[in-house]
Amino acid sequence: MRNVGIIMRRELASYFATPLAYVFIVIFLLLANWFAFYLGSFYERGQADLDSLFGFLPWLFLFLIPALSMKLWAEERKSGSIELLMTQPVTLREAVLGKFLAAWIFTAFALALTFPLWLTVNYLGRPDNGAILAAYLGSLLLAGGFLAIGSCMSALTRSQVVAFILGVFACLVLLLAGFPGVIDVFRSWAPQPIVDAIASLSFLAHYDSIRKGVIDVRDLLYFAMLISFFLLATAIALDLRKAD
Amino acid sequence: MIKTEHLTKHYGALTAVEDVSFQVGPGEVLGFLGPNGAGKTTTMRMLAGFVTPTSGTASICGHDVESDPLAAKAALGYLPEGAPSYGEMTVRRFLAFIADLRALEGARREARLRHVIEHLQLGGVLDQTIETLSKGFRRRVGLAQAIVHDPPVLVLDEPTDGLDPNQKHEVRTLINDMARDKIIVISTHILEEVDAVCTRAIIISQGRIVADDTPAGLAARSRYHNAVSMQLEQPAQLSEARAAVAALPTVAQVEVSERDARLTALPRAGAPILPALSELAARSGLKLKELHLESGRLDEVFRTITS
Repeated sequence: MRNVGIIMRRELASYFATPLAYVFIVIFLLLANWFAFYLGSFYERGQADLDSLFGFLPWLFLFLIPALSMKLWAEERKSGSIELLMTQPVTLREAVLGKFLAAWIFTAFALALTFPLWLTVNYLGRPDNGAILAAYLGSLLLAGGFLAIGSCMSALTRSQVVAFILGVFACLVLLLAGFPGVIDVFRSWAPQPIVDAIASLSFLAHYDSIRKGVIDVRDLLYFAMLISFFLLATAIALDLRKAD
Repeated sequence: MIKTEHLTKHYGALTAVEDVSFQVGPGEVLGFLGPNGAGKTTTMRMLAGFVTPTSGTASICGHDVESDPLAAKAALGYLPEGAPSYGEMTVRRFLAFIADLRALEGARREARLRHVIEHLQLGGVLDQTIETLSKGFRRRVGLAQAIVHDPPVLVLDEPTDGLDPNQKHEVRTLINDMARDKIIVISTHILEEVDAVCTRAIIISQGRIVADDTPAGLAARSRYHNAVSMQLEQPAQLSEARAAVAALPTVAQVEVSERDARLTALPRAGAPILPALSELAARSGLKLKELHLESGRLDEVFRTITS
């Protein structure tokens, strides 16, 4: 576990050693606020809540998170530094977890910087702060899920662009898993239990239920399992292909 | 102790390394030689636990690299080919990161970091990011990370590649200094390196070991072993000298280089020919610029074995 911390700190520091961290945070905040105020009609709705922000966050994450996760492993493989890292006395799991946690903490930091919106609703009205906190938690879990998927896609390729495109696609499929367009593809040939299983994989359903302020163990478990699954898949993909 | 037994790596239908077995003990500096693509790097990577062998085993200080990877890696200092590192990090932060992963702490950590920074002369670039460094400095940063934890075993994949002659000399001095109490394997395709640092050399070709010997032993395989080379003052005497040398009973063959008026006499079956030749020169009044005995040419042995 000590190594997880060491790798995580190195990774986090590297975000801030390059323009990546600043560009990501500025663009994220610009878009998040623009979505909330214009598309989400923050003022016009006349309600003291942050639904206008959280409703759009999954779509914002859909593009920004894979942009963050694409470099996790593809860059290490491209530059060869993966050979340096994996010949230190660390396990693959420690490395996968350390790098994932760095990206997740960074996302949490970016998310936390939307706090002026929260201050604003508290100034303008009396929002349900418990529900807002739950929605922040849901957003963080959603980001974690996206990052785990992105980490896995990044482990599959040396090209960051390919990792990005694969990441967006995989996240989109899971985001929309409960929607008719995706379900119909499966309904035509798969038996009902499988269709139901796919529908229950939907990010949005679990995210929405947490966002409404109901923190259900099943939703937490869903995100925990999804993140674990894709991190394990990352480790397996790396183990098979790290030296290619 | 490094030990490999029947180490083999296939990439699909391609055989990168085939049945490589060797042992290296303390005090030995093993040069791993071979043409590009012969399987040097793949072998190094299997020793370092980065590539999984298709079959066979490798162990570092008794720790199998497959079944006990952390202990094997802890005993090993490894410089990957091309000395990859994290370009956006400063040298100082990078070395601190490696020291952390190597679990160095307290006074020992400070002492080791100071030691590698001093010995690899990194003091002037500590706060530069690695991507801004020259190739030579990057290689030295790679070497620094390999030795920072003072490992008993060092595996260095082309440690002097891309260095200028002065830097090569420094790195070789460093390797020689460490050689007394460590086990060192270096891969190289630079033959002068073998003479400069190695106590033993393995030549591999197409994934197989084709020679395993001391540098002197390898040189003795050369047809130039015990050959005598003489350079004449007057190029005009060249054809006359050639005829006289070729007439000696112990000389098998004479090679002539007109460019620098040089004769090389190859002996018959290892017979000593230097006395006969110096006597001949004195007797027939040949004016010599130079006369010397060759120990053998490694590059010629290398070409013969690997082509």
